[in-house]
Amino acid sequence: MKLPYVDYEAPETVAEAVDLLAEHQDEASVLAGGQSLIPLLALRLARPALLIDINGLGELSGVSAADGWIAIGAMTREYVAEESQLVADAVPLLAAALPLIGHEAIRSRGTIGGSLAHADPAAELPAVALALGAEFVVRGRSGERVIPAAEWFEGYLATSRRPDEILVEVRFPAAGPDTGAAFQEVARRHGDFAIVGLAASLSFTDGAISDTRLAFSGVADVPVRAADAEEFLAGERPSPEVFEEAARRATAGLDPPADLHGSAEYRKKIAATLVRRGLQAAADSARQDSARQDSAHQDSAHGRQ
Amino acid sequence: MVDITVRVNGATHTNSVEARTTLSDFLRDDLDLTGTHVGCEHGVCGACTVIVDGRAVRSCLMLAVQAAGSEVTTVEGLAPDGSLGTLQQAMWDSHSFQCGFCTPGFIMQATAFLSAHPDAGEQEIREALSGNICRCTGYQSIIDGVLLAARRSHTD
Repeated sequence: MKLPYVDYEAPETVAEAVDLLAEHQDEASVLAGGQSLIPLLALRLARPALLIDINGLGELSGVSAADGWIAIGAMTREYVAEESQLVADAVPLLAAALPLIGHEAIRSRGTIGGSLAHADPAAELPAVALALGAEFVVRGRSGERVIPAAEWFEGYLATSRRPDEILVEVRFPAAGPDTGAAFQEVARRHGDFAIVGLAASLSFTDGAISDTRLAFSGVADVPVRAADAEEFLAGERPSPEVFEEAARRATAGLDPPADLHGSAEYRKKIAATLVRRGLQAAADSARQDSARQDSAHQDSAHGRQ
Repeated sequence: MVDITVRVNGATHTNSVEARTTLSDFLRDDLDLTGTHVGCEHGVCGACTVIVDGRAVRSCLMLAVQAAGSEVTTVEGLAPDGSLGTLQQAMWDSHSFQCGFCTPGFIMQATAFLSAHPDAGEQEIREALSGNICRCTGYQSIIDGVLLAARRSHTD
């Protein structure tokens, strides 16, 4: 359908956007990439009185590194993050997930902040942010506050952002050495929302797993972290048996929704399969990461001779 | 109403539009460029794909006001003098369409993809076009056409 009548403002600064939000509160929707909001308008699932278009806020775009964190401006387009060498090097889990978001034309417009503020539990980025313990920087009239990912996702399409606040930046922790990551999903068609997805990251110290991050998409009304499996894997060495047990623990408490694309039982079965595949893929990728570092180290040793 | 200036297929247009007008409706209704087709109107079918500032976008998921200052290319812009471009000719030769409704979207998506990935293989082309729906061909002839275009651009 055509979009319903709606007022439109295109502020030129974040401060102006914050003032508009403070004035209109729940009556306003922030328009970033529009790849979720415009369909919601077309389908009359959202009926804001005002659109606050933040596409002109250049200060909200960009990827930068500081103090062990990679900060991504909320208006950064998904394709820009996908092409960022900084993201590829420092946040491998995010780099693995980005090419799976929608289709190329969607990533041309879609933004990192928009996807995370929309908080669709079936989407890739919420699972990545939850798995890595990302931080959400929101700004209101009274200033900024930082919300950890564990407190960001409150329910289906609901976050702890207040109606008078705008998401300005999302920070991801930079991965340590010997870290490998994978985003696994089962979807009917490349680019569709996955039936179930899994964000998986493994870090190793002396061949043993020292840090595990696992979070599912598509199994509840929020992304779900598999804390029990993460704890179990600490100190273990990769093997099919260990990953099998991790899959059992990761899915034991799941009660996924059922729909046209799969029953609850089917989703749970896929979830376990994805844990096994995701952990193996993350372990393989960590081995490659470690081999790269070794050869870089040798290169620099030769350089000194 | 909001005043906007947009370059479309090399020509500058200054128009007054409602904020809720999508780029697809602006192209079709205000500029009479009906080569851009509108299928689902909520970003699922890909029929309305155009190129904005060098990247494929769905023109039903972008407001016309957001295209202000941008360079837009529609399917009309690929054959300005009436002769088919390499991709269009290859799709013609490969029978890459039946009813033709989805064709402009496929052509624009494939144009953007091939310009960024001139050496793409079949699997990459399939993935790149997976966001465009065709209800007639079964896709095989479309993939054939895009592959043929990629081959011909290399031998040109």
